[in-house]
Amino acid sequence: MRRLLGPRMLPLAATGLVVVLLYLAAGAKFHDSNWFTYRVLRDLVVNNGVLGVLAIGMTFVILSGGIDLSIGSTVAFVGILSATLLGQGWSPPAVITLSLVCGVALGALMGWLVASFDLPPFMVTLGGMFLMRGVTLLINDSQIAITHPTYLASGKWPIHPAAGAWLIALVVALYLLHYTRFGRNIYAVGGSEQSALLMGLPVWRTKVAVYACCSLFAAFAGVAQSFVSLSGDSTQGVAQEMDAIAAVVIGGTLLTGGRGYVAGTVLGVLILGLIQSAIIFANINSWWTRIGIGLLLLIFVLLQRAIQQRVDRQ
Amino acid sequence: MAQPPQPSPESTPLLSMTGIVKQFPGVRALDGVDFQVRRGEIHSLMGQNGAGKSTLLKVLTGVYTRDAGQMLLDGRVISPRSPLEAQGEGISTVYQEVNLIPDLSVAENIVLGRQTQRFGFIDWRAARRQADAALARLDLQLDVSASLNSYSIAIQQMVAIARALDEECSLLVLDEPTSSLDQQEVARLFGVLRRLRDDGLGIVFVTHFLDQVYQISDTITVLRNGRLVGEWPAAEFSRIELIARMLGRDPASLTEAEAGAAPPSPVAAAEAARLVAHQLGRRGQLQPVDVEVGAGEVLGLGGLLGSGRTELARLLFGLDRADSGRVELAGRAVRRGQPRSAIAAGMGYSSEDRKVEGIIPELSVRENLILALASKRGLWRRLGRAAQEALADRYIQALGIATPDAEKRISELSGGNQQKVLLARWLAAEPSLLILDEPTRGIDVGAKAEIMALVADLKARGMSVVFISSELEEVVRSSDRIMVLCDRAALGELRGESKTEQAMLARIASAHQEVSGG
Ligand SMILES: Nc1ncnc2c1ncn2[C@@H]1O[C@H](COP(=O)(O)OP(=O)(O)OP(=O)(O)O)[C@@H](O)[C@H]1O
Ligand SMILES: [Mg+2]
Repeated sequence: MRRLLGPRMLPLAATGLVVVLLYLAAGAKFHDSNWFTYRVLRDLVVNNGVLGVLAIGMTFVILSGGIDLSIGSTVAFVGILSATLLGQGWSPPAVITLSLVCGVALGALMGWLVASFDLPPFMVTLGGMFLMRGVTLLINDSQIAITHPTYLASGKWPIHPAAGAWLIALVVALYLLHYTRFGRNIYAVGGSEQSALLMGLPVWRTKVAVYACCSLFAAFAGVAQSFVSLSGDSTQGVAQEMDAIAAVVIGGTLLTGGRGYVAGTVLGVLILGLIQSAIIFANINSWWTRIGIGLLLLIFVLLQRAIQQRVDRQ
Repeated sequence: MAQPPQPSPESTPLLSMTGIVKQFPGVRALDGVDFQVRRGEIHSLMGQNGAGKSTLLKVLTGVYTRDAGQMLLDGRVISPRSPLEAQGEGISTVYQEVNLIPDLSVAENIVLGRQTQRFGFIDWRAARRQADAALARLDLQLDVSASLNSYSIAIQQMVAIARALDEECSLLVLDEPTSSLDQQEVARLFGVLRRLRDDGLGIVFVTHFLDQVYQISDTITVLRNGRLVGEWPAAEFSRIELIARMLGRDPASLTEAEAGAAPPSPVAAAEAARLVAHQLGRRGQLQPVDVEVGAGEVLGLGGLLGSGRTELARLLFGLDRADSGRVELAGRAVRRGQPRSAIAAGMGYSSEDRKVEGIIPELSVRENLILALASKRGLWRRLGRAAQEALADRYIQALGIATPDAEKRISELSGGNQQKVLLARWLAAEPSLLILDEPTRGIDVGAKAEIMALVADLKARGMSVVFISSELEEVVRSSDRIMVLCDRAALGELRGESKTEQAMLARIASAHQEVSGG
């Protein structure tokens, strides 16, 4: 309990409060009891599940002091790959396994480049982004429907695939970040790479693994996306990495690394989702979503800076 | 003069480094150095700033790769390529600057990389217990779940030591571990080190405090300019001879030369200044105090670690925002919590924590040096390149900063030389009041004397100085008045006759008794 109320958790608690207030405020504004239904909450989770998984993966890289721009392309790649292979008669488990393996391989490659040659993660993953989008378009430059019975039956699952994926990703990430050496090393590398090295931590290995992890989450998000949309689409996930970064930052993780929580990222995604739902609900032009998110991002970063400074001074 | 005796051949040493060469661009930091450590021995590695001590230890622990030479540990050839591999060989290290992760908790900083795991989960309770135990060896009790950066540099240094001691090792390497510790803490550390030595560990110890060297070491090795000077048993090696060997001079000539060396005077006369702080304080940090420093006066702040010395300095300079009181410099009010205002009013602050608050690692020596001056002059009155270079060269000369030229990146300088640049930065800005927080930390004997002489010189020109040092003797020697602090409150002032180390200690001790008695 003390850990939950401690100064380090304060920004997180504040973000959680904002989610609740945002929800209540939107409800009060609409004077509409439909806003407070299970359906709206359910849609909030379901519509943002894929982004939720991506943002969790992004949290790993950002915590380590890096960034990954390739995740949106990875989602599209996995979608097209799945649809194509399923169309050729592959079984779903084989397709999913291959997708995840491709994700890990791409991430490990990017991580290796970043860690071994001290290249800026921004450039390396930008390369990864173009590469994956290119390969996707090479396989198929349009949309392919998925008609495999397992995929079609997912509508009847007790839990929506997107929500399920988000939950699994969250549990795995909480475990990795808070209960394994790997996770703690990520915080250390992000906090101070030089010190981590001198403390005898496996910096190189950690960096490679972080990118592999993030791409794995992205591939997993891609699998979830193909269950949700029942198709592969080569234009899927364009600029989605930016939404993920926004969610992570709104969730209180420092872009410089070493400080932040996955739980914050979940709240960040919920805040983005709430704005979107509210704007759709109020029937306003959807461009307002972008404007709203943009403004909110700025306000949030400022707010967090203020809270963090207070905490630091105590 | 004693000749270095031959190392005894009968037992193989624990560590034997031979012919180590390390070349950096422009400097040969190590030039064929031999170094041996035996089991059950505390071995001091001595040398001036930039002599190559840290570099030798970093080659040993795999931070740097050597260009030539061989290393044997326990008779086996070793070639660690990273501190991780060095740890695997049984070498545990505390590096010169505190190298921990400020945002993580104390407990994590101690157990990071070797957490106990149960069923694939880190056992956090065990981690806290392990950290408590590691700190208890140094008689230290902390809230280990608080983040590291909520503690002072001294505590952080103790945590770094605790981490190193917590590791299973046969060779313990400590590069200036005591630079910010007070006497009690040093005594506790030495107790632990002696016990470890008796258990058969080999210990390498680096410091610039000669007293500590003679207290603890069995053997002394001296380096100069990247070369080995020799190895001596501590008992047979006099202090004066040690200094002479480090400086590369003749012991006989040393005393006169030191006395005769007039410090160069690079600083132009600063105008008279007078600092008045009235009831300055901040809740939880310092109880309200009055401070006055006249023009040409040196006010020493005395007290043990955590007594509030640094806190007072930070409040004066505005690094922390005071919640009571006001500060005036030469009649100009300094705005609370605004270092810029303090600088504009003519204040300078050379911080104790050079790594975080002081140097800008990516910039050159020259750029670091002119920073304070540039910010004082403002954006529009830039200093010309030639003037900058002249200034940099002058201070490199005056303080004996070991660097091939002013354009070297400051992060490539040795620790003590970085400290000198920091000091030069504020001297160059010619403030009317300069706060020096541990200016001699990590600085070799020769330069220490130079810095003390500089302080005296500044004073003679009418600059006011606030001087903070853990070495009480230094405070007594360089200050006109001493303000004694204890438990974050001012105990009173010592001046004139009563300004002695004993008086200061007595004050502090009686204050402690009152606290524990009441
Ligand atoms: N990373 C580096 N790049 C370039 N030069 C370096 C680097 N590290 C050290 N040097 C140079 O090597 C020499 C030896 O430095 P070293 O840090 O070993 O000195 P030191 O004996 O530990 O001094 P101090 O007492 O000040 O800590 C210095 O001239 C320094 O400028
Ligand atoms: Mg050094």
